[in-house]
Amino acid sequence: MILQALFFYLFSAITVASALMVIGSRNPVHSVLFLILAFFNAAGLFLLLGAEFLAMLLVVVYVGAVAVLFLFVVMMLDVDFVELRQGFLQYLPVGGLVGLVFLVELLLAFSGWVFAPELVSQPVTPIPPLATMTNTAAIGQVLYTHYIFFFQIAGFVLLVAMIGAIVLTLRHKPNVKRQVIADQVHRSQIVEIHTVEPGKGI
Amino acid sequence: MDGFLHTYLIPGVIIVAQSLLLLVLLLISIAFILLADRKIWAAVQMRRGPNVVGPFGLLQSFADLLKFVLKEPIIPSGANKGIFLMAPLVTVTLALAGWAVIPFDAGWVIANINVGVLFLLAISSLGVYGTIMGGWASNSKYPFLSSLRAAAQMVSYEVSIGFVLVAVLLCVGSLNLSDIVLSQQTGLGTKVGLPGSFLDWYWLPLFPMFIIFFISALAETNRPPFDLAEAESELVAGFMSEYGSTPYMMFMLGEYAAICLMCALTTILFLGGWLPPINVAPFTWVPGIVWFALKALLVFFMFGMVKAFVPRYRYDQLMRLGWKVFLPISLGMVVVVAAVLQIMGWAP
Repeated sequence: MILQALFFYLFSAITVASALMVIGSRNPVHSVLFLILAFFNAAGLFLLLGAEFLAMLLVVVYVGAVAVLFLFVVMMLDVDFVELRQGFLQYLPVGGLVGLVFLVELLLAFSGWVFAPELVSQPVTPIPPLATMTNTAAIGQVLYTHYIFFFQIAGFVLLVAMIGAIVLTLRHKPNVKRQVIADQVHRSQIVEIHTVEPGKGI
Repeated sequence: MDGFLHTYLIPGVIIVAQSLLLLVLLLISIAFILLADRKIWAAVQMRRGPNVVGPFGLLQSFADLLKFVLKEPIIPSGANKGIFLMAPLVTVTLALAGWAVIPFDAGWVIANINVGVLFLLAISSLGVYGTIMGGWASNSKYPFLSSLRAAAQMVSYEVSIGFVLVAVLLCVGSLNLSDIVLSQQTGLGTKVGLPGSFLDWYWLPLFPMFIIFFISALAETNRPPFDLAEAESELVAGFMSEYGSTPYMMFMLGEYAAICLMCALTTILFLGGWLPPINVAPFTWVPGIVWFALKALLVFFMFGMVKAFVPRYRYDQLMRLGWKVFLPISLGMVVVVAAVLQIMGWAP
Protein backbone atom coordinates (compact mmCIF):
# COMPACT_ATOMS: atom_id res chain seq x y z
CA MET A 1 0.00 0.00 0.00
CA ILE A 2 2.92 2.34 0.64
CA LEU A 3 3.91 2.17 -2.99
CA GLN A 4 0.36 2.97 -4.16
CA ALA A 5 0.23 5.96 -1.82
CA LEU A 6 3.62 7.17 -3.04
CA PHE A 7 2.56 6.92 -6.66
CA PHE A 8 -0.74 8.62 -5.88
CA TYR A 9 1.03 11.60 -4.36
CA LEU A 10 3.56 11.66 -7.19
CA PHE A 11 0.90 11.66 -9.92
CA SER A 12 -1.43 14.08 -8.19
CA ALA A 13 1.36 16.49 -7.27
CA ILE A 14 2.60 16.58 -10.86
CA THR A 15 -0.98 16.95 -12.14
CA VAL A 16 -1.69 19.93 -9.92
CA ALA A 17 1.70 21.52 -10.54
CA SER A 18 1.47 21.17 -14.31
CA ALA A 19 -2.14 22.39 -14.28
CA LEU A 20 -0.89 25.52 -12.53
CA MET A 21 1.87 25.88 -15.09
CA VAL A 22 -0.71 25.68 -17.91
CA ILE A 23 -2.10 29.05 -16.85
CA GLY A 24 1.18 30.30 -15.42
CA SER A 25 3.71 29.83 -18.21
CA ARG A 26 4.36 32.73 -20.58
CA ASN A 27 4.82 30.71 -23.72
CA PRO A 28 1.52 29.23 -25.01
CA VAL A 29 3.30 26.20 -26.48
CA HIS A 30 4.75 25.45 -23.06
CA SER A 31 1.21 25.75 -21.68
CA VAL A 32 -0.05 23.06 -24.05
CA LEU A 33 2.90 20.82 -23.22
CA PHE A 34 2.14 21.21 -19.51
CA LEU A 35 -1.50 20.40 -20.27
CA ILE A 36 -0.30 17.18 -21.89
CA LEU A 37 1.76 16.39 -18.79
CA ALA A 38 -1.34 16.96 -16.66
CA PHE A 39 -3.38 14.59 -18.87
CA PHE A 40 -0.66 12.00 -18.57
CA ASN A 41 -0.59 12.08 -14.81
CA ALA A 42 -4.39 12.00 -14.64
CA ALA A 43 -4.13 8.80 -16.69
CA GLY A 44 -1.68 7.52 -14.09
CA LEU A 45 -4.26 8.24 -11.37
CA PHE A 46 -6.86 6.26 -13.33
CA LEU A 47 -4.39 3.36 -13.52
CA LEU A 48 -4.00 3.43 -9.73
CA LEU A 49 -7.78 3.15 -9.41
CA GLY A 50 -7.72 0.03 -11.58
CA ALA A 51 -9.48 1.80 -14.46
CA GLU A 52 -6.92 0.89 -17.12
CA PHE A 53 -9.37 1.31 -19.99
CA LEU A 54 -10.18 4.91 -19.04
CA ALA A 55 -6.49 5.63 -18.53
CA MET A 56 -5.59 4.44 -22.03
CA LEU A 57 -8.58 6.23 -23.52
CA LEU A 58 -7.53 9.47 -21.85
CA VAL A 59 -4.09 9.15 -23.42
CA VAL A 60 -5.35 8.13 -26.87
CA VAL A 61 -8.13 10.70 -27.17
CA TYR A 62 -6.93 13.71 -25.21
CA VAL A 63 -3.17 13.47 -25.53
CA GLY A 64 -3.03 11.74 -28.90
CA ALA A 65 -5.68 13.73 -30.74
CA VAL A 66 -7.12 16.75 -28.92
CA ALA A 67 -3.85 18.09 -27.56
CA VAL A 68 -2.18 17.63 -30.96
CA LEU A 69 -4.81 19.91 -32.48
CA PHE A 70 -4.31 22.41 -29.65
CA LEU A 71 -0.59 22.39 -30.25
CA PHE A 72 -1.19 22.72 -33.96
CA VAL A 73 -3.33 25.82 -33.53
CA VAL A 74 -1.19 27.42 -30.83
CA MET A 75 2.01 26.92 -32.81
CA MET A 76 0.54 28.56 -35.89
CA LEU A 77 -1.10 31.44 -34.06
CA ASP A 78 0.74 34.71 -34.24
CA VAL A 79 -0.76 36.44 -31.22
CA ASP A 80 0.91 39.13 -29.20
CA PHE A 81 0.42 37.71 -25.75
CA VAL A 82 1.75 40.75 -23.92
CA GLU A 83 -1.04 42.80 -25.50
CA LEU A 84 -3.55 40.10 -24.70
CA ARG A 85 -2.60 40.08 -21.06
CA GLN A 86 -3.11 43.79 -20.51
CA GLY A 87 -6.80 43.77 -19.64
CA PHE A 88 -6.38 40.62 -17.65
CA LEU A 89 -8.03 41.74 -14.42
CA GLN A 90 -11.30 42.83 -16.03
CA TYR A 91 -12.19 39.16 -16.56
CA LEU A 92 -11.78 38.48 -12.83
CA PRO A 93 -15.45 38.97 -11.75
CA VAL A 94 -16.88 36.66 -14.45
CA GLY A 95 -14.11 34.10 -14.03
CA GLY A 96 -14.46 34.18 -10.26
CA LEU A 97 -18.22 33.66 -10.54
CA VAL A 98 -17.81 30.64 -12.84
CA GLY A 99 -15.18 29.22 -10.50
CA LEU A 100 -17.41 29.72 -7.48
CA VAL A 101 -20.40 28.00 -9.12
CA PHE A 102 -18.14 25.12 -10.12
CA LEU A 103 -16.73 24.82 -6.61
CA VAL A 104 -20.21 24.78 -5.02
CA GLU A 105 -21.38 22.12 -7.45
CA LEU A 106 -18.36 19.97 -6.74
CA LEU A 107 -18.93 20.32 -3.00
CA LEU A 108 -22.59 19.36 -3.40
CA ALA A 109 -21.72 16.34 -5.49
CA PHE A 110 -18.92 15.05 -3.30
CA SER A 111 -20.64 15.77 0.03
CA GLY A 112 -23.02 12.97 -0.93
CA TRP A 113 -20.36 10.51 0.24
CA VAL A 114 -20.42 12.04 3.72
CA PHE A 115 -24.04 13.04 4.23
CA ALA A 116 -25.97 10.48 2.20
CA PRO A 117 -23.80 7.39 1.74
CA GLU A 118 -26.88 5.23 1.21
CA LEU A 119 -27.68 7.13 -2.02
CA VAL A 120 -24.19 6.74 -3.40
CA SER A 121 -24.05 3.06 -2.59
CA GLN A 122 -27.19 2.35 -4.63
CA PRO A 123 -26.55 3.57 -8.14
CA VAL A 124 -29.19 2.90 -10.78
CA THR A 125 -27.04 0.44 -12.72
CA PRO A 126 -24.46 -1.13 -10.42
CA ILE A 127 -21.09 -1.72 -12.01
CA PRO A 128 -20.08 -5.39 -11.61
CA PRO A 129 -17.07 -5.98 -9.34
CA LEU A 130 -13.65 -6.03 -11.00
CA ALA A 131 -13.11 -9.67 -10.08
CA THR A 132 -15.91 -10.88 -12.37
CA MET A 133 -15.32 -8.65 -15.37
CA THR A 134 -12.57 -6.51 -16.90
CA ASN A 135 -13.42 -2.85 -16.74
CA THR A 136 -13.45 -2.64 -20.54
CA ALA A 137 -16.40 -5.05 -20.53
CA ALA A 138 -18.04 -3.24 -17.58
CA ILE A 139 -17.91 0.12 -19.37
CA GLY A 140 -19.22 -1.51 -22.53
CA GLN A 141 -22.14 -2.97 -20.62
CA VAL A 142 -23.09 0.34 -19.02
CA LEU A 143 -22.63 2.38 -22.18
CA TYR A 144 -23.94 0.08 -24.89
CA THR A 145 -26.48 -2.07 -23.03
CA HIS A 146 -28.05 0.00 -20.28
CA TYR A 147 -27.72 3.46 -21.79
CA ILE A 148 -27.63 2.77 -25.52
CA PHE A 149 -30.25 5.42 -26.37
CA PHE A 150 -28.38 8.16 -24.54
CA PHE A 151 -25.23 7.03 -26.26
CA GLN A 152 -26.89 7.20 -29.66
CA ILE A 153 -28.36 10.63 -28.94
CA ALA A 154 -24.88 11.85 -27.98
CA GLY A 155 -23.54 10.42 -31.21
CA PHE A 156 -26.30 12.13 -33.16
CA VAL A 157 -25.52 15.49 -31.57
CA LEU A 158 -21.87 15.06 -32.54
CA LEU A 159 -22.87 14.17 -36.09
CA VAL A 160 -25.00 17.30 -36.38
CA ALA A 161 -22.11 19.38 -35.04
CA MET A 162 -19.75 17.80 -37.56
CA ILE A 163 -22.10 18.44 -40.48
CA GLY A 164 -22.53 22.01 -39.26
CA ALA A 165 -18.78 22.56 -39.21
CA ILE A 166 -18.42 21.17 -42.73
CA VAL A 167 -21.30 23.29 -44.06
CA LEU A 168 -19.78 26.42 -42.51
CA THR A 169 -16.36 25.90 -44.04
CA LEU A 170 -17.11 24.29 -47.41
CA ARG A 171 -16.77 26.68 -50.34
CA HIS A 172 -17.34 25.81 -53.96
CA LYS A 173 -15.68 28.38 -56.15
CA PRO A 174 -16.99 28.28 -59.75
CA ASN A 175 -13.70 28.82 -61.62
CA VAL A 176 -11.46 26.42 -59.76
CA LYS A 177 -10.34 23.30 -61.62
CA ARG A 178 -10.75 20.35 -59.30
CA GLN A 179 -8.77 17.17 -59.46
CA VAL A 180 -10.85 14.18 -60.56
CA ILE A 181 -8.98 11.04 -59.59
CA ALA A 182 -11.18 8.71 -61.64
CA ASP A 183 -10.42 10.61 -64.88
CA GLN A 184 -6.69 10.47 -64.20
CA VAL A 185 -6.72 6.77 -63.50
CA HIS A 186 -8.64 6.02 -66.71
CA ARG A 187 -6.18 7.69 -69.09
CA SER A 188 -5.17 4.35 -70.57
CA GLN A 189 -4.09 5.65 -74.01
CA ILE A 190 -1.38 7.93 -72.67
CA VAL A 191 0.15 5.75 -69.97
CA GLU A 192 2.13 2.75 -71.21
CA ILE A 193 3.90 0.02 -69.34
CA HIS A 194 7.30 -1.16 -70.64
CA THR A 195 9.10 -4.23 -69.39
CA VAL A 196 12.68 -3.08 -69.03
CA GLU A 197 15.47 -5.63 -68.81
CA PRO A 198 18.03 -4.92 -66.08
CA GLY A 199 21.09 -3.04 -67.29
CA LYS A 200 19.69 -2.19 -70.75
CA GLY A 201 17.12 0.55 -70.42
CA ILE A 202 14.38 1.34 -72.92
CA MET B 1 10.13 -6.04 5.89
CA ASP B 2 9.86 -9.57 4.58
CA GLY B 3 6.58 -8.68 2.88
CA PHE B 4 8.18 -5.65 1.25
CA LEU B 5 11.00 -7.86 -0.05
CA HIS B 6 8.66 -10.38 -1.62
CA THR B 7 5.96 -8.06 -2.91
CA TYR B 8 8.07 -5.22 -4.28
CA LEU B 9 11.80 -5.75 -4.28
CA ILE B 10 12.23 -9.15 -5.92
CA PRO B 11 9.53 -8.65 -8.62
CA GLY B 12 10.93 -5.17 -9.21
CA VAL B 13 14.45 -6.46 -9.75
CA ILE B 14 13.16 -9.21 -12.06
CA ILE B 15 11.15 -6.74 -14.14
CA VAL B 16 14.10 -4.36 -14.46
CA ALA B 17 16.37 -7.25 -15.50
CA GLN B 18 13.86 -8.45 -18.10
CA SER B 19 13.41 -4.94 -19.48
CA LEU B 20 17.16 -4.41 -19.72
CA LEU B 21 17.61 -7.72 -21.53
CA LEU B 22 14.80 -6.86 -23.94
CA LEU B 23 16.20 -3.38 -24.56
CA VAL B 24 19.73 -4.62 -25.25
CA LEU B 25 18.55 -7.36 -27.62
CA LEU B 26 16.16 -4.92 -29.28
CA LEU B 27 18.80 -2.26 -29.85
CA ILE B 28 21.23 -4.79 -31.32
CA SER B 29 18.49 -6.12 -33.60
CA ILE B 30 17.61 -2.59 -34.66
CA ALA B 31 21.25 -1.99 -35.60
CA PHE B 32 21.13 -4.95 -37.98
CA ILE B 33 17.61 -4.16 -39.20
CA LEU B 34 18.79 -0.66 -40.13
CA LEU B 35 21.58 -2.24 -42.11
CA ALA B 36 19.12 -4.68 -43.71
CA ASP B 37 16.96 -1.75 -44.75
CA ARG B 38 19.88 -0.08 -46.50
CA LYS B 39 20.98 -3.36 -48.09
CA ILE B 40 17.48 -4.08 -49.44
CA TRP B 41 17.26 -0.57 -50.80
CA ALA B 42 20.66 -0.92 -52.42
CA ALA B 43 19.88 -4.33 -53.90
CA VAL B 44 16.70 -3.06 -55.56
CA GLN B 45 18.68 -0.20 -57.12
CA MET B 46 21.49 -2.60 -58.13
CA ARG B 47 23.99 -1.02 -55.78
CA ARG B 48 26.13 -2.80 -53.17
CA GLY B 49 25.03 -0.80 -50.16
CA PRO B 50 27.27 -0.46 -47.09
CA ASN B 51 30.01 -3.08 -47.46
CA VAL B 52 33.17 -1.66 -45.94
CA VAL B 53 32.90 -1.89 -42.15
CA GLY B 54 33.13 -5.52 -41.07
CA PRO B 55 32.30 -8.57 -43.23
CA PHE B 56 29.60 -7.62 -45.78
CA GLY B 57 29.32 -4.28 -43.97
CA LEU B 58 27.69 -5.96 -40.99
CA LEU B 59 29.20 -3.51 -38.49
CA GLN B 60 28.16 -0.39 -40.42
CA SER B 61 25.46 0.58 -37.90
CA PHE B 62 27.92 0.38 -35.01
CA ALA B 63 30.38 2.57 -36.90
CA ASP B 64 27.55 5.05 -37.49
CA LEU B 65 26.71 4.95 -33.80
CA LEU B 66 30.29 5.83 -32.87
CA LYS B 67 30.36 8.62 -35.41
CA PHE B 68 27.12 10.16 -34.13
CA VAL B 69 28.08 9.93 -30.47
CA LEU B 70 31.55 11.42 -30.96
CA LYS B 71 30.32 14.44 -32.94
CA GLU B 72 29.58 17.73 -31.29
CA PRO B 73 25.87 18.35 -30.58
CA ILE B 74 24.86 21.72 -31.98
CA ILE B 75 21.87 23.61 -30.63
CA PRO B 76 20.77 26.54 -32.83
CA SER B 77 20.90 29.86 -31.01
CA GLY B 78 17.24 30.68 -31.67
CA ALA B 79 16.04 27.25 -30.59
CA ASN B 80 13.99 26.56 -27.51
CA LYS B 81 16.72 24.58 -25.78
CA GLY B 82 14.71 22.42 -23.39
CA ILE B 83 12.10 21.30 -25.89
CA PHE B 84 14.73 20.96 -28.60
CA LEU B 85 16.57 18.35 -26.53
CA MET B 86 13.40 16.75 -25.16
CA ALA B 87 11.96 15.95 -28.60
CA PRO B 88 14.40 13.14 -29.56
CA LEU B 89 14.16 11.75 -26.02
CA VAL B 90 10.38 11.61 -26.31
CA THR B 91 10.59 9.87 -29.68
CA VAL B 92 13.01 7.18 -28.59
CA THR B 93 11.44 6.58 -25.15
CA LEU B 94 7.95 6.14 -26.55
CA ALA B 95 9.07 3.84 -29.34
CA LEU B 96 10.95 1.62 -26.89
CA ALA B 97 8.17 1.72 -24.25
CA GLY B 98 5.74 0.11 -26.68
CA TRP B 99 7.79 -3.09 -26.65
CA ALA B 100 6.81 -3.75 -23.03
CA VAL B 101 3.49 -5.29 -24.03
CA ILE B 102 4.63 -7.29 -27.08
CA PRO B 103 4.34 -11.06 -26.49
CA PHE B 104 7.26 -12.80 -28.22
CA ASP B 105 6.13 -16.29 -27.26
CA ALA B 106 3.48 -17.85 -25.04
CA GLY B 107 3.99 -15.99 -21.75
CA TRP B 108 7.13 -14.15 -22.96
CA VAL B 109 5.90 -10.65 -22.28
CA ILE B 110 7.07 -8.09 -19.74
CA ALA B 111 3.70 -6.44 -19.08
CA ASN B 112 0.77 -8.73 -19.88
CA ILE B 113 -1.86 -6.00 -19.49
CA ASN B 114 -5.55 -6.28 -20.31
CA VAL B 115 -5.54 -3.28 -22.62
CA GLY B 116 -2.36 -4.06 -24.58
CA VAL B 117 -3.78 -2.96 -27.92
CA LEU B 118 -4.93 0.36 -26.50
CA PHE B 119 -1.52 0.87 -24.92
CA LEU B 120 0.14 0.41 -28.32
CA LEU B 121 -2.39 2.74 -29.94
CA ALA B 122 -1.64 5.33 -27.27
CA ILE B 123 2.11 4.92 -27.76
CA SER B 124 1.90 5.28 -31.50
CA SER B 125 -0.38 8.30 -31.23
CA LEU B 126 2.08 9.93 -28.85
CA GLY B 127 4.90 9.42 -31.33
CA VAL B 128 3.76 12.57 -33.09
CA TYR B 129 4.93 14.71 -30.16
CA GLY B 130 8.59 14.01 -30.77
CA THR B 131 8.18 15.24 -34.33
CA ILE B 132 6.04 18.26 -33.57
CA MET B 133 8.18 19.38 -30.61
CA GLY B 134 11.39 18.95 -32.58
CA GLY B 135 10.02 20.91 -35.52
CA TRP B 136 8.73 23.77 -33.42
CA ALA B 137 11.69 24.03 -31.07
CA SER B 138 14.16 24.27 -33.99
CA ASN B 139 12.77 27.74 -34.70
CA SER B 140 13.28 27.29 -38.43
CA LYS B 141 10.86 27.31 -41.36
CA TYR B 142 11.40 23.89 -42.96
CA PRO B 143 11.36 21.86 -39.74
CA PHE B 144 8.23 23.69 -38.66
CA LEU B 145 6.40 23.00 -41.92
CA SER B 146 7.54 19.40 -41.74
CA SER B 147 6.28 18.92 -38.21
CA LEU B 148 2.88 20.33 -39.17
CA ARG B 149 2.71 17.91 -42.08
CA ALA B 150 3.75 15.00 -39.91
CA ALA B 151 1.22 15.83 -37.22
CA ALA B 152 -1.69 16.00 -39.66
CA GLN B 153 -0.53 12.80 -41.37
CA MET B 154 -0.13 10.76 -38.20
CA VAL B 155 -3.46 11.87 -36.73
CA SER B 156 -5.23 11.04 -40.00
CA TYR B 157 -3.89 7.53 -40.33
CA GLU B 158 -4.43 6.74 -36.67
CA VAL B 159 -8.16 6.82 -37.37
CA SER B 160 -8.03 4.01 -39.91
CA ILE B 161 -5.56 2.05 -37.74
CA GLY B 162 -8.07 2.37 -34.90
CA PHE B 163 -10.87 0.92 -37.03
CA VAL B 164 -8.68 -1.96 -38.21
CA LEU B 165 -7.90 -2.73 -34.57
CA VAL B 166 -11.62 -2.64 -33.77
CA ALA B 167 -12.33 -5.21 -36.50
CA VAL B 168 -9.65 -7.54 -35.11
CA LEU B 169 -10.85 -7.02 -31.55
CA LEU B 170 -14.39 -7.91 -32.58
CA CYS B 171 -13.10 -11.30 -33.72
CA VAL B 172 -10.99 -11.81 -30.59
CA GLY B 173 -13.18 -10.43 -27.82
CA SER B 174 -10.19 -9.22 -25.80
CA LEU B 175 -7.73 -6.34 -25.83
CA ASN B 176 -4.89 -8.52 -24.55
CA LEU B 177 -2.21 -9.12 -27.19
CA SER B 178 -1.54 -12.71 -26.06
CA ASP B 179 -5.26 -13.46 -26.32
CA ILE B 180 -5.24 -12.06 -29.85
CA VAL B 181 -2.51 -14.52 -30.86
CA LEU B 182 -4.13 -17.46 -29.07
CA SER B 183 -7.49 -16.81 -30.72
CA GLN B 184 -5.78 -17.35 -34.09
CA GLN B 185 -5.16 -21.02 -33.24
CA THR B 186 -8.60 -21.75 -34.64
CA GLY B 187 -10.12 -20.00 -37.61
CA LEU B 188 -11.16 -20.48 -41.22
CA GLY B 189 -8.84 -23.47 -41.75
CA THR B 190 -9.97 -25.44 -38.72
CA LYS B 191 -13.60 -24.71 -39.56
CA VAL B 192 -13.27 -26.79 -42.77
CA GLY B 193 -11.44 -29.56 -40.92
CA LEU B 194 -7.75 -28.80 -41.65
CA PRO B 195 -5.20 -28.89 -38.80
CA GLY B 196 -4.20 -25.52 -37.36
CA SER B 197 -2.27 -23.62 -40.00
CA PHE B 198 -1.58 -20.20 -41.47
CA LEU B 199 -5.08 -20.26 -42.94
CA ASP B 200 -6.45 -19.64 -39.45
CA TRP B 201 -4.69 -16.33 -38.98
CA TYR B 202 -6.63 -13.11 -39.39
CA TRP B 203 -4.89 -11.99 -42.59
CA LEU B 204 -7.23 -14.25 -44.57
CA PRO B 205 -10.70 -13.45 -43.16
CA LEU B 206 -9.80 -9.79 -42.68
CA PHE B 207 -7.74 -9.47 -45.86
CA PRO B 208 -8.61 -5.87 -46.88
CA MET B 209 -7.95 -4.80 -43.29
CA PHE B 210 -4.50 -6.42 -43.43
CA ILE B 211 -3.58 -4.31 -46.46
CA ILE B 212 -5.07 -1.16 -44.95
CA PHE B 213 -3.19 -1.76 -41.71
CA PHE B 214 0.08 -2.31 -43.56
CA ILE B 215 -0.25 0.91 -45.56
CA SER B 216 -1.45 2.87 -42.54
CA ALA B 217 1.51 1.57 -40.56
CA LEU B 218 3.80 2.94 -43.29
CA ALA B 219 2.10 6.32 -43.03
CA GLU B 220 2.03 6.29 -39.25
CA THR B 221 5.78 5.70 -39.01
CA ASN B 222 6.59 8.25 -41.73
CA ARG B 223 8.09 5.59 -43.96
CA PRO B 224 8.40 6.10 -47.72
CA PRO B 225 6.21 6.50 -49.80
CA PHE B 226 4.59 8.61 -47.08
CA ASP B 227 7.73 10.31 -45.74
CA LEU B 228 6.37 13.75 -46.54
CA ALA B 229 7.68 14.98 -43.20
CA GLU B 230 11.25 14.58 -44.40
CA ALA B 231 10.85 14.95 -48.13
CA GLU B 232 14.39 16.05 -48.92
CA SER B 233 13.49 17.68 -52.22
CA GLU B 234 11.06 20.03 -50.49
CA LEU B 235 12.01 20.34 -46.83
CA VAL B 236 15.77 19.58 -46.59
CA ALA B 237 15.61 16.89 -43.86
CA GLY B 238 12.26 17.84 -42.40
CA PHE B 239 11.95 18.22 -38.68
CA MET B 240 15.46 16.83 -38.22
CA SER B 241 17.14 19.58 -40.26
CA GLU B 242 18.60 21.37 -37.25
CA TYR B 243 19.62 18.22 -35.42
CA GLY B 244 23.03 16.59 -35.42
CA SER B 245 25.11 14.03 -33.56
CA THR B 246 23.42 12.16 -30.67
CA PRO B 247 19.99 13.87 -30.79
CA TYR B 248 19.78 13.06 -34.50
CA MET B 249 20.78 9.48 -33.82
CA MET B 250 18.03 9.23 -31.21
CA PHE B 251 15.47 10.39 -33.76
CA MET B 252 16.67 7.70 -36.16
CA LEU B 253 16.68 5.09 -33.43
CA GLY B 254 13.18 6.04 -32.32
CA GLU B 255 11.95 5.93 -35.90
CA TYR B 256 13.31 2.44 -36.50
CA ALA B 257 12.10 1.20 -33.10
CA ALA B 258 8.62 2.45 -34.03
CA ILE B 259 8.84 0.73 -37.43
CA CYS B 260 9.84 -2.56 -35.82
CA LEU B 261 7.04 -2.12 -33.29
CA MET B 262 4.56 -1.76 -36.14
CA CYS B 263 6.02 -4.90 -37.79
CA ALA B 264 5.59 -6.80 -34.52
CA LEU B 265 2.05 -5.50 -34.15
CA THR B 266 1.17 -6.57 -37.71
CA THR B 267 2.59 -10.01 -36.88
CA ILE B 268 0.47 -10.28 -33.75
CA LEU B 269 -2.74 -8.97 -35.25
CA PHE B 270 -2.73 -10.69 -38.62
CA LEU B 271 0.05 -13.27 -38.87
CA GLY B 272 -0.55 -15.35 -35.76
CA GLY B 273 2.30 -14.05 -33.58
CA TRP B 274 4.41 -16.96 -32.35
CA LEU B 275 2.19 -19.70 -33.84
CA PRO B 276 3.89 -22.05 -36.34
CA PRO B 277 2.68 -21.81 -39.97
CA ILE B 278 1.40 -25.41 -39.86
CA ASN B 279 0.67 -27.03 -36.53
CA VAL B 280 2.40 -30.39 -37.27
CA ALA B 281 5.62 -32.05 -36.13
CA PRO B 282 8.66 -30.38 -37.76
CA PHE B 283 7.19 -26.91 -37.43
CA THR B 284 6.10 -27.24 -33.81
CA TRP B 285 9.68 -28.18 -32.77
CA VAL B 286 10.87 -24.69 -33.61
CA PRO B 287 10.48 -22.32 -30.63
CA GLY B 288 7.73 -19.73 -30.97
CA ILE B 289 10.05 -16.73 -30.77
CA VAL B 290 11.79 -17.87 -33.98
CA TRP B 291 8.48 -17.87 -35.83
CA PHE B 292 7.66 -14.48 -34.34
CA ALA B 293 11.00 -13.01 -35.43
CA LEU B 294 10.72 -14.54 -38.91
CA LYS B 295 7.24 -13.13 -39.45
CA ALA B 296 8.20 -9.70 -38.12
CA LEU B 297 11.26 -9.70 -40.41
CA LEU B 298 9.08 -10.66 -43.35
CA VAL B 299 6.84 -7.67 -42.66
CA PHE B 300 9.92 -5.49 -42.33
CA PHE B 301 11.20 -6.82 -45.66
CA MET B 302 7.94 -5.62 -47.20
CA PHE B 303 8.48 -2.22 -45.55
CA GLY B 304 11.95 -2.11 -47.08
CA MET B 305 10.77 -3.12 -50.53
CA VAL B 306 8.01 -0.51 -50.49
CA LYS B 307 10.61 2.11 -49.59
CA ALA B 308 12.74 1.01 -52.50
CA PHE B 309 10.23 1.00 -55.31
CA VAL B 310 7.22 3.17 -54.58
CA PRO B 311 7.60 6.86 -55.44
CA ARG B 312 6.68 9.42 -52.81
CA TYR B 313 3.06 10.54 -52.56
CA ARG B 314 1.98 14.12 -52.91
CA TYR B 315 0.57 15.56 -49.71
CA ASP B 316 -3.02 15.98 -50.96
CA GLN B 317 -2.94 12.42 -52.33
CA LEU B 318 -1.82 11.21 -48.91
CA MET B 319 -4.69 12.98 -47.18
CA ARG B 320 -7.16 11.77 -49.80
CA LEU B 321 -6.01 8.18 -49.31
CA GLY B 322 -6.36 8.44 -45.55
CA TRP B 323 -9.69 10.21 -45.25
CA LYS B 324 -11.56 9.35 -48.44
CA VAL B 325 -10.38 5.80 -49.12
CA PHE B 326 -9.17 4.07 -45.97
CA LEU B 327 -11.58 5.61 -43.49
CA PRO B 328 -14.80 4.62 -45.37
CA ILE B 329 -13.44 1.14 -46.20
CA SER B 330 -12.31 0.37 -42.67
CA LEU B 331 -15.49 1.80 -41.15
CA GLY B 332 -17.57 -0.30 -43.54
CA MET B 333 -15.51 -3.38 -42.77
CA VAL B 334 -16.13 -2.93 -39.04
CA VAL B 335 -19.87 -3.01 -39.74
CA VAL B 336 -19.52 -6.03 -42.05
CA VAL B 337 -17.33 -7.96 -39.60
CA ALA B 338 -19.67 -7.22 -36.69
CA ALA B 339 -22.71 -8.27 -38.75
CA VAL B 340 -21.09 -11.52 -39.93
CA LEU B 341 -19.98 -12.42 -36.42
CA GLN B 342 -23.46 -11.73 -35.05
CA ILE B 343 -25.39 -13.54 -37.78
CA MET B 344 -23.15 -16.62 -37.86
CA GLY B 345 -23.00 -16.73 -34.07
CA TRP B 346 -19.16 -16.61 -34.13
CA ALA B 347 -18.94 -13.64 -31.80
CA PRO B 348 -16.76 -14.48 -28.79
